[in-house]
Amino acid sequence: MTVAVRVIPCLDVDAGRVTKGVRFLDNIDVGDPVELARAYDAEGADELVFYDITASSESRDTTYDVVRRTAEQVFIPLTVGGGVRTVDDVDRLLRAGADKVSLNTAAVERPDLLAEGAHRFGSQCMVLSVDARRADWSPSGFEVTTHGGRRTPQLDLLEWVVRGQELGAGEIVVNSMDADGTRDGYDVAMTAAVRAVVTVPVVASGGAGSLGDFAPAVAAGADAVLAASVFHFGELRIAEVKTALRAAGYVVR
Amino acid sequence: MSSPRVVVLDYGSGNLRSAERALACVGADVTVTADSAAAVDCDGLVVPGVGAFAACMDGVRRVGGDVVVRRRVAAGRPVLGICVGMQVLYDTGNEHGVTSEGIGVLDGTVERLDAPVLPHMGWNTVEPANGSALFAGLDDAWFYFVHSYAARPAGGDGETVAEHGGTFVAAVERGPLSATQFHPEKSGDAGLALLRNWVGSLS
Repeated sequence: MTVAVRVIPCLDVDAGRVTKGVRFLDNIDVGDPVELARAYDAEGADELVFYDITASSESRDTTYDVVRRTAEQVFIPLTVGGGVRTVDDVDRLLRAGADKVSLNTAAVERPDLLAEGAHRFGSQCMVLSVDARRADWSPSGFEVTTHGGRRTPQLDLLEWVVRGQELGAGEIVVNSMDADGTRDGYDVAMTAAVRAVVTVPVVASGGAGSLGDFAPAVAAGADAVLAASVFHFGELRIAEVKTALRAAGYVVR
Repeated sequence: MSSPRVVVLDYGSGNLRSAERALACVGADVTVTADSAAAVDCDGLVVPGVGAFAACMDGVRRVGGDVVVRRRVAAGRPVLGICVGMQVLYDTGNEHGVTSEGIGVLDGTVERLDAPVLPHMGWNTVEPANGSALFAGLDDAWFYFVHSYAARPAGGDGETVAEHGGTFVAAVERGPLSATQFHPEKSGDAGLALLRNWVGSLS
């Protein structure tokens, strides 16, 4: 009876469609997030993350529809992030069927958003997602970026995650902008640094490329491992990742 | 035979859609409502809940849910509490040094778990109570938990336990009263099987 390490696929959703190709699944509409969610559930995904990259506000209603349809058919936890700006956005997503909502840039710009969300809906549904990278100037050696890495508000990563937890984040996703897309493995030093200063669950993100990449992130203190492209492109299957984690001595579902 | 009529008590707490859909998926005729007449009258009442004990209890009271639950339990009519909806069935809850009164149909206090990482968030296994109806056919199953507080086992009948920072009550079955600390509506096929067991027990 030990809580299992969670393996979480992340889907980028643009105007109601999944933007990256998915090669491993036959007989399904690979662009339909609901069908993909079902497929990932069947494969053993422990949770799902939808990351909404819809640019125009008119198209954002499609996101709510996708969340609604997914929650009606897939009975595992669903986190939705991307473009969440206000407590009303959080409310709408939860009502549509999201279990957790993740905040990134908006929380940096207005930290009270985390507190307001936690106060109204509970910490368990407020996820702080941080895009961080190595930076010599910062005390911890890691800094926060916003707007998908395009801006650097001169904010130290560890200072920010501690503050985020105090404000009411119930989980922290640490996404390494240095590792993201490299497939060279998670930035385990970054994961370990965050783990050392917070007590809420930590999710490692960015850099997963091979089966050997997951156990080191857990060893560094991650409670869950998140990946996108390696799953979308069929290079790794969720069951294989779990087998690798189990072989390394970790409990998986 | 018609489907059992199940009411999910809507007092403004979190994501009710998943509970509604999961119960419908296992054959219940589900209504999500704050109407206390419907909550008294249905075959099975589900009390959901996320967030803080005190806030949930305020919400439950606002719609008269505390009175409805006590009446149903006294009359032997089924109630299922989920997550904080389970916690508020106890006498009291302690949060940040503040004690709040619960519905009080279960003896005991809900307290913060003592674990290095909280919330206890993710999938875990449980040790089902002897002869459990809820967990029938569900040995070694995994369930999804999200909570920082729980009741400690009192050693009574019908207690299903799990571990995170010590042993806590993961589910309780006592006469008409059933409750799970985890989210069956978020626990995949195992959760649906558990809900099917509960819905199947309703008349």
